[in-house]
Amino acid sequence: MHAIDISGLGRRFGIRWVLRGVTLTVRRGEVVGLLGANGSGKSTLLRVVATLLKPNAGTVSVNALDVVRNADGVRAQLGYLAHAAGVYDDLTARENLQFAADMLGVSGSEIPRILERVGLSHVAHDRARGFSAGMQRRLALGRLILRHPSVLLLDEPYANLDIAGVALMNSVMTDIIAAGGTALIALHELAPARAILDRTVTLVDGRIAAELSATEPTVQPTETR
Amino acid sequence: MTASQPSREPRIAAPARTGIVLGLAGFAAVVVAQVHAILTSPAEADMGHLQKIMYVHVPAAWMTFIAFFVVLVYSVKYLWRRDENDDLLAAAAAEVGAVFNGLTLALGMIWGRPTWGVWWAWDARLTSTLVLFLIFIGYLALRAFVDDAGQKARWSAAVGAIGAINVPIVYMSVKWWRTLHQEPSSPSTLDPAYTLGLRLNAIAMLILTIYFIRKRYEIARVERASEHAAQAAAMGTGGR
Amino acid sequence: MALRDDWRRVRAIAKKDLVSELRGKAGFNSVASLGITILVLLGLALGPDAAVLRHAAAGAVWLATLFSAVLAFNRSFQSELEGGALEALLLYPGPRWTVFAGKLLGNLAFVTAMVLIVVIAGVVLFGVRVPDAWPSIVGVLALGVIGVVVLGTFYASMASRSRAREVLLPLLLFPMLVPVLIAATTATRALLGADLMHEAGAWIRLLVAFDLVFLIATFLAFEHVIDA
Repeated sequence: MHAIDISGLGRRFGIRWVLRGVTLTVRRGEVVGLLGANGSGKSTLLRVVATLLKPNAGTVSVNALDVVRNADGVRAQLGYLAHAAGVYDDLTARENLQFAADMLGVSGSEIPRILERVGLSHVAHDRARGFSAGMQRRLALGRLILRHPSVLLLDEPYANLDIAGVALMNSVMTDIIAAGGTALIALHELAPARAILDRTVTLVDGRIAAELSATEPTVQPTETR
Repeated sequence: MTASQPSREPRIAAPARTGIVLGLAGFAAVVVAQVHAILTSPAEADMGHLQKIMYVHVPAAWMTFIAFFVVLVYSVKYLWRRDENDDLLAAAAAEVGAVFNGLTLALGMIWGRPTWGVWWAWDARLTSTLVLFLIFIGYLALRAFVDDAGQKARWSAAVGAIGAINVPIVYMSVKWWRTLHQEPSSPSTLDPAYTLGLRLNAIAMLILTIYFIRKRYEIARVERASEHAAQAAAMGTGGR
Repeated sequence: MALRDDWRRVRAIAKKDLVSELRGKAGFNSVASLGITILVLLGLALGPDAAVLRHAAAGAVWLATLFSAVLAFNRSFQSELEGGALEALLLYPGPRWTVFAGKLLGNLAFVTAMVLIVVIAGVVLFGVRVPDAWPSIVGVLALGVIGVVVLGTFYASMASRSRAREVLLPLLLFPMLVPVLIAATTATRALLGADLMHEAGAWIRLLVAFDLVFLIATFLAFEHVIDA
């Protein structure tokens, strides 16, 4: 069974069809990059797989669990990193992670170690309101680590990160993959992720246009029908 | 036309055409019932011929409740089955119900002006009907401000069902509120001289109401069918 | 045990909301100030005859509460929408009613604190003579607040995510709260007087029934409305 199985996925907003029959499989242990121009539907695709949006057509399953019928089961395996960090401004870094731990039903004992890992130990007791965008992303990454996910869905994970942040992101992803995980990463550009990708797919006009192994030169999707 | 899988949208199909015959029959029935009632009912002791406004006002009120009941039933049914046609029917009933609700209020005020001397006297029934009207408006406003079809349907169904549950509570609380003080006179509908006229007009108006709701529902279905056709086009021929 | 997990989630959400609110003090202070401002405006609009104001006190306090509470309800979901926290919230395992219950408790604490301030201001501004039956009035207030918060939280979970949220929430909520408004103000007025006809009991029963009915109905309906 595949880690992610997307078949004929359609999703619209109002009358505009953003995804028009996406078919994609991601095998266990694979790291797949999802390329596409702005507005091509990358975020929407990830959000459907993450159970945040329901498909209007087609089916999506994660580890053989349907995202609509078994949403809870799917969520238990996911680590989703959105465009927006989704941190609570008035809570400290530690409190943000403690909240996540309470919601996940896991002990908060890992939190100091996680804060160390994402490089936020020095601001553990500072409110997230003062954090830069990069720091907020690191906090969101910490929250993701707390979930011990087996399937990663990352939406432009390198945005707002400096070189150290990019290295951290890759390092965390590598750890999770090495433990048997899978990743689907929406990307603006290939460069930061080239080292870890197995292959890339490109979303054009709401469909998968091209599949490339990561060693081939990138094809920039310049034309749209 | 039920969705067999949650992630697959219903096939394109327009409902059976609502015959114009039903509409014509409804209008004819109303005309006949109105003429009958106006000609055969005696002038009322206090109000004279003003009483005859009841033959529209009271059935209109009953149609409002019937429409609201339809909204309740199909809202609950939608939450249970997620068949989008149920949502469209509930919305059609809400629109028609709002119109009859407005009619009830307007006629009530027109009756009230010569009777009470004022346009509005906060009597229990009209006040409750006004609150009901506001609940209808809230439902329709919600639909207007939500774009995504699935979200619109789910939210409307929840709001419609919960709003409908409140209707008896609203009527009861407003009635208690008024019984503490002198209640303004209400149109008398208990006199048996008027019962036949009311019943005839109620039946006639029911035919019309059914016609209006079905017609509105049909229009909504056609609109939705065209959206589904756009889906097929967007997904490519034989889109999966 | 699943219920213990659920209850832990409810507490975590309520605690998060309250901690956030206490730290960003601007929120509560401005909402409470708005409540007082509305009372002042009502006093100016209806007064200055002391007898008229005393009679209008119950209504004025409830109206000020309603208008201010609407802001509180939108705010409680606002914190989730800014920065995309709502999505993260929806990705945690567990039943959706825990999110509703958590938000409900947070809002209940917030609105209760606000009502206390508004009531005190109302007693002062509208010249209310506090009667012996004041514990019953507190009971009426509590039941009314519960009704307002249950429906307010429920409708805010939708309105805050729609266009025109400022108008949609009051438009949906206020007609639905008519029974609460009528019951609470009439019972309070009766209790402020001598309640010669013992009306307050009937209204209190109505409030209890209202609260129970809509507590159950909104819990059942919430899972249908929370997902995108």
